[in-house]
Amino acid sequence: MARRFDIRRQTGFTTIAMIVFFALYLPIAVLVVFAFNAGDSLSVWEGFSLHWFERAMENGAVIDASLRSLQIAGVAAVVATIAATMAALATTRTEPYPGLTFKYAFINQPLMIPEIVTAVALLIFFSRIKIWTGYDGLAYLIVAHTAFCVPFAYLPIRARLESMDLTLERAAADLYATPWNTFRYVTLPLLWPGILAGFMLAFVISLDDVVITNFVKSGGQDTLPTYMLGQMRRAITPEMNAISAVFLLISIAIVTVFFFVNRKRA
Amino acid sequence: MAERDALSLIEAERRRDIRSRWLLSTPALLIILFAALGPLFIVLVYSFLTPGDYGDVKWTFSTEGWVSVFLQRDIFDDTLTIADAHLTIFWRSIKLSLMTTVVTLIVGFPTAYFIATRSERTRELWLFLITIPFWTNLLIRTLAMLVVIRNEGLINTMLIRFGLIDQPLQMLFTDGAILAGMVYVYLPLMVLPLYASMEKLDFRLIEAGYDLYATPFRVLTRIIIPLVKPGMIAGSILVFIPSLGAYVTPSILGGGKNLMIGNLIELQFGAGRNWPLGSALSIALMLIVMVALLAYVRNAGSSGVKHG
Amino acid sequence: MPERNSVEIKSVSKVFGFGEYAVAAVDHVSVSIRENEFFTLLGPSGCGKTTLLRLIAGFEFPSRGEIVLAGENIAAMPPYKRPINTVFQNYALFPHMTVAENIGFGLQMLGRPKAEISARVSEMLKLVRMEHLAGRRTSQISGGQQQRVALARALAPQPKVLLLDEPLSALDYKLRKEMQIELKRLQAETGITFIFVTHDQEEALTMSDRIAVMSSGKILQIGSPHDIYDTPADRFVADFIGETNFLAAKVIAPGEGNATVELASGLTLNASAGPGLSAGDAATVVVRPEHASLSRPDAAIVLPALSGAVSNVVYFGTDTHYHVHLDGGETFIVRSQNRVMRHDPFETGDPVKVVFEPGAARVLRT
Repeated sequence: MARRFDIRRQTGFTTIAMIVFFALYLPIAVLVVFAFNAGDSLSVWEGFSLHWFERAMENGAVIDASLRSLQIAGVAAVVATIAATMAALATTRTEPYPGLTFKYAFINQPLMIPEIVTAVALLIFFSRIKIWTGYDGLAYLIVAHTAFCVPFAYLPIRARLESMDLTLERAAADLYATPWNTFRYVTLPLLWPGILAGFMLAFVISLDDVVITNFVKSGGQDTLPTYMLGQMRRAITPEMNAISAVFLLISIAIVTVFFFVNRKRA
Repeated sequence: MAERDALSLIEAERRRDIRSRWLLSTPALLIILFAALGPLFIVLVYSFLTPGDYGDVKWTFSTEGWVSVFLQRDIFDDTLTIADAHLTIFWRSIKLSLMTTVVTLIVGFPTAYFIATRSERTRELWLFLITIPFWTNLLIRTLAMLVVIRNEGLINTMLIRFGLIDQPLQMLFTDGAILAGMVYVYLPLMVLPLYASMEKLDFRLIEAGYDLYATPFRVLTRIIIPLVKPGMIAGSILVFIPSLGAYVTPSILGGGKNLMIGNLIELQFGAGRNWPLGSALSIALMLIVMVALLAYVRNAGSSGVKHG
Repeated sequence: MPERNSVEIKSVSKVFGFGEYAVAAVDHVSVSIRENEFFTLLGPSGCGKTTLLRLIAGFEFPSRGEIVLAGENIAAMPPYKRPINTVFQNYALFPHMTVAENIGFGLQMLGRPKAEISARVSEMLKLVRMEHLAGRRTSQISGGQQQRVALARALAPQPKVLLLDEPLSALDYKLRKEMQIELKRLQAETGITFIFVTHDQEEALTMSDRIAVMSSGKILQIGSPHDIYDTPADRFVADFIGETNFLAAKVIAPGEGNATVELASGLTLNASAGPGLSAGDAATVVVRPEHASLSRPDAAIVLPALSGAVSNVVYFGTDTHYHVHLDGGETFIVRSQNRVMRHDPFETGDPVKVVFEPGAARVLRT
């Protein structure tokens, strides 16, 4: 029987897509598999072992950097999400008003500038402040992370707000809800998935950052990515694979949650 | 008079609304001003200062930073010649970024189309699969690429084991390695906007195309591509801009020799100890990005009108 | 008992845009809506009816004029302070609340005690016959049920006025018919003033006590469905409501509420007339299709008659429309009810006479 004509079919597209997915996952798969290698090779299998995970867990520098990463990402994501939620409420669902376009441009600015430029700018700026104040704690990293997290948190929250039916809030006002009650009982519950998505996006973006962190950090303030970057310039052992595997697992867990939160809106 | 009262009340209400909107956006604006946008102006200022002896700057005005972006001064006789090294790096950055954009577009287009034409349920899964790398640490993805292509890596090990080669192929520390790494790392940034515009594609238009005697290839070039052009442009800009400023991928896969602009900038703040030059290079990079963005905005503006 | 006014709209205008782009969506509209009245704003889309409704609800504020409710000008009052509730076109039910929570929302916002709220919610659920679905999410019920919940939610706080913004437009034909009757029942049972917005003339005619026909931001005519249909005040109203034949004429003698005119065919007739006619003016005579009938040209007829030939016959089930090409060149549609026994039907090409009583005709300004 002849194959039914499929209007969507384009010759070769499926093959290319399959190759892309394969190529996308092969290196990651290899990376994860060799985290369980008994020997210290990254390409010759010498048997299964959890040895490298144990090594990583016992490595004080790794634990230290991981905790610092989580600490920075946690604080930066919370602050950025709150600021982004407020900004999203201020910039959506209104007739254009003076300064609205300016705000859009301003909030999205960190997305438009190459990271290396922002990194250099912060290096210069913060090194001045460090000299003036003598303070060289974590606050610099947290502030820097918060700033580049704001646009990432802002995007899903704004999208959610814009897809929200304005008549729902009108209905609330019609039913005697004051502006504050309208926000509390209608806007916020409906916005919540967007806020959650924004928070997770901000959290992951902060957790993943290498460039800005590498330039802004003071001595002894390695985050997990900058620690890994430092190690990668030396000899690479499967310990790196083990760290990466755990990191991957966390990312996948977050993206899974994000995916389901976002899907609910449909 | 009552009319006037009502009017001024409405006007007052509107002004109050705008004021509270400014108040609400203040925290976000302040954070970005303080830790993203504001410091850029300091970079601009620094690009016109004199390098300090151990990094940092001396507060004397100088255009030397900008001059040495493209020219180099001979140590002995002060003559200026074209800075070949810098030009090579600029050229490599632009070339590799354009190539990355083109390659991701060529392989990303069929991939996005494949996802967009799946059934409602499996589409979610494929989308999920393309999203995971997007959320995965860029460093880890670069490391994964490094592990596969280095001399002791998977590819070389396999090739030697099967007797196809005797000596490992030198793939790492080449422009090709940087290109492969950037394609690998930035591909999701191309696929996602492409998918977004393909998802909205009205497949009845394709039916109409076939009904009017178009071949599959004609349908692709005359119907699908024009309709998803906004997605192609958005994806290209999303890939091009980070590629141009890439730092991690070239520094790991390109080694010490195959620098891109990002590495050149870093060098000035590290071993080079030439902060004004680094600042000038940063501003130059930003200007190139701005030009690309402006081109995008103009393009998006015109194609946005056409497709609603 | 004298009828009291519920909402008075006094010379209200709403202008959108500025300068030369300014458009008056509502243009100097004045109307008094009586208590316990089913009042309909009828007009084509863009006529300003929805804007007028939003001005009454408080989602927009008038550029000019007053909206008076119970003696108070509420033109600048925010919506949450107005004792007016709305049934929205897309219902605007809160998706994160149950049916019962939706209905109780208004009372909750008014700070009523819990016991009162739950009693009132049950009462409303009963009123709209939705008791069995109280705990459902609004996304889990059908369109018709959502409609009932929206009604219950808007009625629960016992507003002085209920606004309905094309609430039936999303329902299918049968359900719409049912809801028309249901709305009338609810209005009668609650005694609340209903202000209903629609573009559907049939809906307006069947449900309303009074109708205001709007076009381009202005009210053209206010009256009972009967008045609007039988004695339209101008050509637009006659054209918008129902089907009508238009015949060109010349005014010979204008009178008090009537006029003598001469049709193009030379026929002279005296009929009821709209305002603004003077002798010698060109005018339009309107005749409803169902108020005319067809005769064979040789039949003896005492009524005014126009001769012509059948150009088209369109069968509608309940009745048949005959398109008649009049001798003067105009087309006239005659609607004839179908009966089981029908002798000698007219066919395309038959020469005929169109017959109507002078009382069926109305003279209007062109």
